[in-house]
Amino acid sequence: MELKKSQIKMWSRLGTRAAYGLGILELSKKIDNLMVLTGDTSTSAGLDRFKKKFPDRYLEVGIAEQNMMGIAAGLSSEGFKVITSTFSPFQTLRCCERIKVNVGYMNHKVCMVGLASGIALSTLGYTHCSIEDISIMRSIPGITILSPADCGETVKATAAALGHNGSVYIRITGETRDCQVYDENYDFKIGKAVTLKEGSDVTIFATGTMVKESLLASERLSEMGISASVVNMHTIKPIDKEAIQKACETTKLIVSAEEHNMLGGLGSAISEYKSTITGAPPQLFIGLPDAYGKAGNYDSLLKGFGLTAEGIFEKIASKIKN
Amino acid sequence: MESREQVIRKIEEMAGRMRRNALEMASVAGVGSTHFGGGMSMVEITATLYGQIMNLDPADPEWADRDRFILSKGHSVLGYYTALAEVGYISQEELLQYGQHGSFLHGHAIMNREKGIEFSNGSLGMGLALGIGVAVSGIKQEKNYRVYVLLGDGECNEGSVWEAAMAAPNYKLNNLVAIIDRNNFQQTGANQDIMSLGDAAAKWKAFGWETAEVDGHNVGEMYDVLSQESSDEKPLAIIAHTIKGKGFSFSENNNEFHHAALSKDHYETGLQEISEK
Repeated sequence: MELKKSQIKMWSRLGTRAAYGLGILELSKKIDNLMVLTGDTSTSAGLDRFKKKFPDRYLEVGIAEQNMMGIAAGLSSEGFKVITSTFSPFQTLRCCERIKVNVGYMNHKVCMVGLASGIALSTLGYTHCSIEDISIMRSIPGITILSPADCGETVKATAAALGHNGSVYIRITGETRDCQVYDENYDFKIGKAVTLKEGSDVTIFATGTMVKESLLASERLSEMGISASVVNMHTIKPIDKEAIQKACETTKLIVSAEEHNMLGGLGSAISEYKSTITGAPPQLFIGLPDAYGKAGNYDSLLKGFGLTAEGIFEKIASKIKN
Repeated sequence: MESREQVIRKIEEMAGRMRRNALEMASVAGVGSTHFGGGMSMVEITATLYGQIMNLDPADPEWADRDRFILSKGHSVLGYYTALAEVGYISQEELLQYGQHGSFLHGHAIMNREKGIEFSNGSLGMGLALGIGVAVSGIKQEKNYRVYVLLGDGECNEGSVWEAAMAAPNYKLNNLVAIIDRNNFQQTGANQDIMSLGDAAAKWKAFGWETAEVDGHNVGEMYDVLSQESSDEKPLAIIAHTIKGKGFSFSENNNEFHHAALSKDHYETGLQEISEK
């Protein structure tokens, strides 16, 4: 799907969730067997306009996420292209076994969209945060995991998922604010990481909200004379092995940056492959601690965990110094 | 055209052959054990569906207009595979390979459309939601097929059953039929002792379903209720009162046969009891 500059600009102002909903509206023009399911979350998913415009392509399942996944699999088995969306904890952990049996095991193709993943809803407490979703979804065979970096990429990821021959989990991070990484169209291919910046000392593999922060951090590193590559790892499964191989051959430190538990997420996926490479450089894991912390303001928590440009810069600079 | 009596006789004979085959399968499984009790309680239900009610074409297993059957109580394969064999999806030879290395017939059904198995099941409480998806699709695509989902009364402990039970009437799915095999037992005891379903029909009715209660071993009653025209906009829940382990003196209402290995004595007793019927 090709993005126009005007769309990128408009969607970036709205935030990732609204961009997703409007993206579906756009994509539905070309897909006549699309079914969109939500669990009383049409507004949260930016899907109210879709719901009004295509009532026969929309199915409200109510607050029953397990049921939503079963119905989605049933529809998929009859040839529909099916999208489900609700808040990330309910899209993944709440109906985890449904995803295993109905989607993974039986191989029914469903595009699952987890809204407000990471700690974007941290003022609501950790019931509404999702720091485990990548880990959980990664261990279910047959499911591709996408984690877009900005609003435009969220729409690109959705288009790619609908055209993909298999089930996909799209992890939407960030809140309603400017997180724009891309300002013009580019190639989005599932499984193929995008190198946003070339460097010779460090490779930062970032995903979701951490892509923009890592780009900013790399500028600070550059001022210190540290040359950092920044790679947008928009696909976490299957992980781009070539990109990891290249990073190991060309740089001396690998960094993973993600708004997810440091256990089981992007960092783990990278290290699993990296461990097979003889003489691979060490890895610095940047992510959320393996703990349920205090609820609070999103920006303050990100800052506290060092998941900001400044925090990423400091961790890398400190690692290199030591 | 066959009379109702002839049809019923035919289904009863099919049920008899299914029990005979189930005995052979349980014997083949040996120490591997089978879910014998729940398999036997549903035999007349699947015999009526596959023998007479459902529109199927085993030569064209993915025929878009076929009726769909989903075994939500996925462990009860003895009453399922034997029906599929009766109508020609599975050969007798394949049936008797049950549970053997290399066989496609396992203790919980694994999706195999070519062999008439619509979905994989085994984890309880999942079949009705799948059935809703298929039923919604049928309505959207203006197909006339019906979707039959067979659940256990123990399975109704699962909350997910009730999520689906609430959704189906909301979608006005008059092409969906849930059959509850009310055999009054579950894995470790009587349903009323473990987690009572209570008045099953009242519960399904309260959720907005058309309901019917039948003797699940009375083929005439099963045939009549399944032959009825669909309601205008309600799904149908049939509470089929059954006997766990039905058909054999050693297993009827004996929950030790929920999942058990059949001894040589049981097998021979079973053969004798079938021959006497």
